Formats: sequence, C-alpha cells, structure tokens
Amino acid sequence: MSAVQTTRAPEPVLSLAGKGESVGDRVFRYLLLTGLVVAIVFLVTLITFVILRGLPRLDSRIWQNMPTLRKPEMAGAQSAIMGTIWVVGTTALVSIPLGVAAAVYLEEFANPKRRVNRLIELNIQNLAAVPSIVYGILGLGIFVRGMGLGFTVLAAALTLTLLILPTVIIATREALRAVPQSIRHGSLALGATKLQTIMRQVLPAAIPGIATGQILALSRAIGEAAPLLLLGGLAFVTFNPDGLLSDYTVLPIQIYNWISNPKEEFRILASATIVVLLVILLAMNAFAIYLRNRFQKRI
Amino acid sequence: MTETTSRVHLTTSAERLASFEPVLDVRSLHVFYDDFEAVRGVDATFGRRQITAMIGPSGCGKSTVLRCFNRMNDLVPGARVEGTLTYHGMDLYAPEVDPIEVRRRIGMVFQKPNPFPKSIYDNIAYGPRVNKMKLNELDDVVQQALEKAALWDEVKDQLDKSALALSGGQQQRLCIARCIAVQPEVILMDEPCASLDPLATAKIEDLMQELANDYTIIIVTHNMQQAARVSDRTAFFTAEVDEAGVRYGRLIEMDDTQKIFTNPADQRTEDYISGRFG
Ligand SMILES: Nc1ncnc2c1ncn2[C@@H]1O[C@H](COP(=O)(O)OP(=O)(O)O)[C@@H](O)[C@H]1O
Ligand SMILES: [Mg+2]
Repeated sequence: MSAVQTTRAPEPVLSLAGKGESVGDRVFRYLLLTGLVVAIVFLVTLITFVILRGLPRLDSRIWQNMPTLRKPEMAGAQSAIMGTIWVVGTTALVSIPLGVAAAVYLEEFANPKRRVNRLIELNIQNLAAVPSIVYGILGLGIFVRGMGLGFTVLAAALTLTLLILPTVIIATREALRAVPQSIRHGSLALGATKLQTIMRQVLPAAIPGIATGQILALSRAIGEAAPLLLLGGLAFVTFNPDGLLSDYTVLPIQIYNWISNPKEEFRILASATIVVLLVILLAMNAFAIYLRNRFQKRI
Repeated sequence: MTETTSRVHLTTSAERLASFEPVLDVRSLHVFYDDFEAVRGVDATFGRRQITAMIGPSGCGKSTVLRCFNRMNDLVPGARVEGTLTYHGMDLYAPEVDPIEVRRRIGMVFQKPNPFPKSIYDNIAYGPRVNKMKLNELDDVVQQALEKAALWDEVKDQLDKSALALSGGQQQRLCIARCIAVQPEVILMDEPCASLDPLATAKIEDLMQELANDYTIIIVTHNMQQAARVSDRTAFFTAEVDEAGVRYGRLIEMDDTQKIFTNPADQRTEDYISGRFG
C-alpha cells in the first residue's frame, strides 16, 4: 500500500504527437470513399446522358400534347403524366390510412410476445422484398378479373397499394417507435385514454417520419412499370383519365413504349420524358424533406 | 424567492402531522415482473395532505410500489400486482375500476421531465382537454396551474413557446403544473429532482411545501437529505435476499420523518441513514 503512495506523479508530457493515421486506416477510408464515388458517378452519368439526349424535346409539348405515332414532332406525354397523377394519387389515398392503421395496431396494440404477431411481422418484412411483377399477377387475378374492375386506374392503384404497403407499414412503425415512451406515459398518467394518447401525442410526433416513409414509398410506385404492364397500362392512350374506372397509361410505360420504337425521334422523346419523371420524383422527395423540417421546427 | 404575491398560510410539517387521515392504504402488496418478485409483502398507509418520502437503495422497489398507486404498472408487460391497495377505502384493483379514473385522481411526475413536444399552454391544457373537464375558462385553469407550480412569472409571456425550450428545472415544474391542472388529490413523484441541479432542486422542494397545503404527495427519492428536508413521513425500503438466494424489495419501517432520521426502530434503517449501508 505504501509503495503506491510513494510513487511519483508522471513527468509533465512534453509532446502530444501520435502515430497519426496508419496505412490500414487510410486504405479503409479510401475503400469507403470508392463505394460512394462509384454510386455517384453512375448516377451523374445517367442523369447527364438523359438530359443531353432529351434536351431537344424538353419543352411544353411533353405535357401539352397527347402521344401520336404518325407525327413524332407533335407527340407528347400528357395522358401518361395525368395517368401517373391519377394512379399514384389514388394509391396515396388508399395506402396512407391502411398503412398507418396497420402500423399503429402492430406497434401500439399487438402483443409482441404472441406467436401470430411475430409471424405477421416477419411476413411484412418478406412482402417488402417480393418482386413487383408478382404483385402485378396478384392484381390481375384479384382486382382486374376477380372483382371485375378491368384495366382501370382503380385496379392499378389498388395493386400499387399492395406493393408499397409493406414499406409504408415498416416506415410508419419506425416513426412510431421513435416517439419516446415517456411521452406515452406522460399522457396516460394524466388520465388520457390509449386512443387519445395515440391520436394527440404519438401520431402528431411521428408525422415527419410517417410522411417521409410514405412519400418514398410512393416514389417507388411512380417508377413501377412491371406490374402495370400486366394491368392494362400498356394500351396506347390518347386521352386523360376521367375517373377511377377510366383506362390509363403511366409515365414508365409510355417511356418503355417510345424506347422500343425504331424511330430516333421517339427515343429522344423518351429521354425527355424520363427527365420529367425524374423531376416529379425529385419534387416529391423535396416535399418529404420540407415536411420533415417543417414539423420538426414546430415541435 | 418565488413569493411574488402574498400567499395563504403554509402549513408546517408539525401541523400536517397533527391529524392523520388515510388516503392510500397498502396491505401485503406483492409485485411481480413475470416470475421475478420485485416487492414482497409491503404494508403502509399514506396520510392526506402529507408529504411521504419513500427512500432506500437503488432497485429495492420504490418506483415499483409508486406505480401501483396510479396503475401505471398496468403498462408494463408481465407486471402483476397482488395484495390490497385502497384509495379512500376503494379497491384500486377491483375489476370495475377504470385505470383512467384512477390516474385522474392520482397524478404522477416522472424522474426525467417529459414535457410534450407542444407549447407550454398546450402542455398544461392537455389534461383538462382529454378529460373533457367542464371548463368555462381554460386560460384561467392554465394560469392557476402554472401559478401553483411557481412557473407563471417565468413563462407568462411565452405561453405559446415550445415547452422543450425550457430549462430542465422549468420543465419539471411544467410537468407538476400539468399534473395539477387535472385537479388530482394525490401527486406521485418518482425522483423528480434526479436530473436537476441544486438550485432547480431547491425550487421544487419549496414548491412541494406549498403543494402540501392542498395535495397528498408521495415522493420517491434516493437522496436522504431531500427526504429529511421535505417530508413529513418516511418509508424506508431495502432489498434483501431470502434463504433461496432470491433478491426482493421490502418495506423496513415507516414513521414520522423526524423519528426515522433521529431514532429509527430498525438497525438497517439506522445503517442506511448514517451512510453505513453497503
Ligand atoms: N419493467 C420492469 N421489468 C422487469 N423488472 C423490473 C421492471 N422495473 C423494475 N424491475 C425490477 O424490479 C426491481 C425494483 O425496481 P424499481 O422499482 O425500479 O426500484 P427502485 O425504484 O427502488 O430503484 C429491480 O430489481 C428492477 O430490476
Ligand atoms: Mg426508481
């Protein structure tokens, strides 16, 4: 014991120089950076290429004119733009309440210890990974034929809803889980019911996360062509949808049609239309970010 | 410091101890988390308009017992309560009892301040709103609650500011005000000063003396000086290990604070009080 007491304090440190970053550290850092660079380079190349190629046709004709095969210089994508708005808008209207309800049930009511609930949870994760064409087949069987909806906006929107629902549920659950437990307890301890707590505290606090997840899921739906090819979206449509039971086409399918056309003018038009699709996606993502910031500030 | 306006006469601890009117009564309380018996065989009575402190080492079940009073243990999956808890003679765990009603009358302040991410006003108004209390003037209710919690002067010009912008001590007083706005009879406090600095702690302790005029307060604290300063009666809990080697929490003794701190009946209490514990 006394030996400890007689030990002298260490001499004052004269230098704080260290070994610096080792070679291994540096290599690892560059590897990480490479991953990022590869991703960015491809994205930038793609966007530049599409924009340059589509530039000659990037004008108001795209949204003012209908598609036509005879005069490529007069062709536009108005029916596809309107079709996309109709289909994705309907998808949003159906998937938001369904997804939020399912997530609230799983997160706030279901007992995680019960086997059924664990099974449901696992399956939702799996469903999110199912290829979209499978949903197309499902939609064809259930909505188009089974319920007799035919090749309509409604059948397409319901199918896309099934497609994005797992993603929406997972994102919403994450947002709900991020609401601190202390908020729920604080509310319940004041004599609020569980429903009041969810409606007045948990959901409002989770809105930024829910909105972000929902918009990201919808942007996936906007870009989907595969399932809609099975659902009648392939048709050459020269009119805008006028309701849920109207025929339709959507941007990815219109693009697909033009790309496979031998005439060069149509391929250029396809590039221009891709830019329109990208701009819509960008706008939606920007809106998601805006929503998140706005709600975060209000809190 | 908080006395900007003249207030009614504050009762002293001696006055509060002069009459004992039981509000909450606990008989052979056992609380389980799944198979683990966290609290074994507690008997205690809590007096009206008194401040009762529950002290004892960490993990001896103070919070567990406290959460039984407002049925917050219902929210813990696997928690089970055995024994009899009565509030004015009514069984708190009778099948027809609605936990919501219990929590309206027996409010709670948590260890970490947990203001809602809303304005100061909406925080206070939340309880009255969800309870659909008959209110002619919500503004008045909010003001009175904030006044009672000694926070009004500090926030009266910024009621629509976010409650999250307040300091920790202010947030905790906001939580007390929020609780008061529901007009409970009992206020449970689970280590309300654990995350606060000494000045903020002193304010809350002063506040508790004022609140004891109107409310029954049960405070959990691991700070013995705090218990000695603020409480009229003290319950000392500790954790013990039985013959089978199983750890459980129990109440050792409960008496007037003065007596517990100067002349405790049990050796274990004395050891803990004098810092000879563990
Ligand atoms: N939600 C819970 N689930 C399981 N065990 C718990 C839970 N809460 C508390 N316990 C256990 O119960 C015992 C008493 O805990 P607690 O009441 O928090 O003690 P204290 O408040 O006196 O520190 C501890 O052993 C703790 O681990
Ligand atoms: Mg505790």
